[in-house]
Amino acid sequence: MTTTYVESPEPVRDGLALLVGTRKGAWILTGDERREQWRAAGPLFLGHIAQHVVLDPRDRTTLLLAASTGHLGPTVFRSENLGRSWKEATRPPAFAAGERLGRSLRAVFWLSPGHPDEPGSWYAGGSPQGLFRSDDGGDTWESVHGWNDHPKWETWAEWPEEGTPDGSMLHSIIVDPSDASHLYIGLSGGGVFESADGGADWLPLNAGSVATFLPDPEPEFGHDPHCVRLHPLRPDRLYQQNHCGIYRMDRPDARWIRVGDNMPPEVGDIGFPIELHPRDPDTAWVFPMDGTDVWPRTSPGGRPAVYITRDAGESWTRRDAGLPERGWFTVKRQAMTVDTRDPVGVYFGTTSGEIWASADEGASWECLARHLPEIYSVEHADPVSRR
Amino acid sequence: MKVRIPDPLRSYTERQSVVEAAGDTVGAVIADLDRQYPGIRFRMVDEQNKIRPHMKVFVNEDAVRDPETRVAPGDELTIMQALSGG
Repeated sequence: MTTTYVESPEPVRDGLALLVGTRKGAWILTGDERREQWRAAGPLFLGHIAQHVVLDPRDRTTLLLAASTGHLGPTVFRSENLGRSWKEATRPPAFAAGERLGRSLRAVFWLSPGHPDEPGSWYAGGSPQGLFRSDDGGDTWESVHGWNDHPKWETWAEWPEEGTPDGSMLHSIIVDPSDASHLYIGLSGGGVFESADGGADWLPLNAGSVATFLPDPEPEFGHDPHCVRLHPLRPDRLYQQNHCGIYRMDRPDARWIRVGDNMPPEVGDIGFPIELHPRDPDTAWVFPMDGTDVWPRTSPGGRPAVYITRDAGESWTRRDAGLPERGWFTVKRQAMTVDTRDPVGVYFGTTSGEIWASADEGASWECLARHLPEIYSVEHADPVSRR
Repeated sequence: MKVRIPDPLRSYTERQSVVEAAGDTVGAVIADLDRQYPGIRFRMVDEQNKIRPHMKVFVNEDAVRDPETRVAPGDELTIMQALSGG
């Protein structure tokens, strides 16, 4: 694989793309269908904290970028032409003015497109742990009152103290493809929550997962899911990479099964991201990190590796061919993604500013880009330009 | 009155470092700024009408935190932002 770096007014080309959010701006990588020749366009919004960059999979043209900038307030930038021009949201995500708790949104952390039957709909998760919705392609955002003003929000969310190192966040906003009103969210910390009525009401969904950092290791809520994924072709199957293990749930069961117990004991089952095969609900990839002692969050033993399961977590196989023999980086929860090709391409970005790619489902790895700022997010996209 | 704009906010003011805005309180002047340069207010004032941490607003030479602080014609507003963080 070879990568050419460009500063282009047309950052996105049709075909395979990786949308990269970093601590100091965004980059967009586009690859040929063989995934051999890559073009890295950027920086976009140099100096801005780009938490998450996501393409609307429904029109394949609209890009949303969750940004903040040093000490300025958070916002969302939108492009309706694959990044050739950008506009700021007219009304960015925010809590209600004058509300009882006096919450002020510090960061937009996560962006999720809404249901395919609801074009233009988006959800955003933030710090503090607010949930917001747009119905106009991300131009204006409303508070999801059923969550933000839920009578138990103060109990479920981390408030007013924020416990996680980079601040509490609401992430993993999942819209069930079989039911637009069925939503899941993840709170770090707080746990997984589910709504069956479009966000009007919510219930914890944490049974079976543990929270070893709490006095009761199996509480109803208070867990720390790092990343939750639902399989698009089998919406009843959920996986999560938690602060305390890797889990799977097959609905209508409402209990998580710790499939991370099947990982090698010397590696453990702690990490941030988990990614699913787009066509095979039994296949998933994780990037384990060291969760012992003072939690360095680097690869166990300094030996970076992806692990793959092809049997829904019953067994895991190490995949590290081509990865550095020693490395001391972290892969954050939004910084791993898969494409839709056959075989599936797997990608991850590191806190040390590298993007690694595998065009053979993890069997071998090559470095796509180096010397970027700390990478916060990598999302696969299949853009189509409309001129 | 004159309003001095810090570099991180000049993307909103067409790179102008000094602009004109009107109002009889600090908050009203910032609201007028937002009418002229949409989006600028929320980057420096949060949804609870508080000036964001590390943003500083001066009326002439006096630092103020309360958007209700009254201003008079001829006063000058200076908006500053810390650049800490690395």
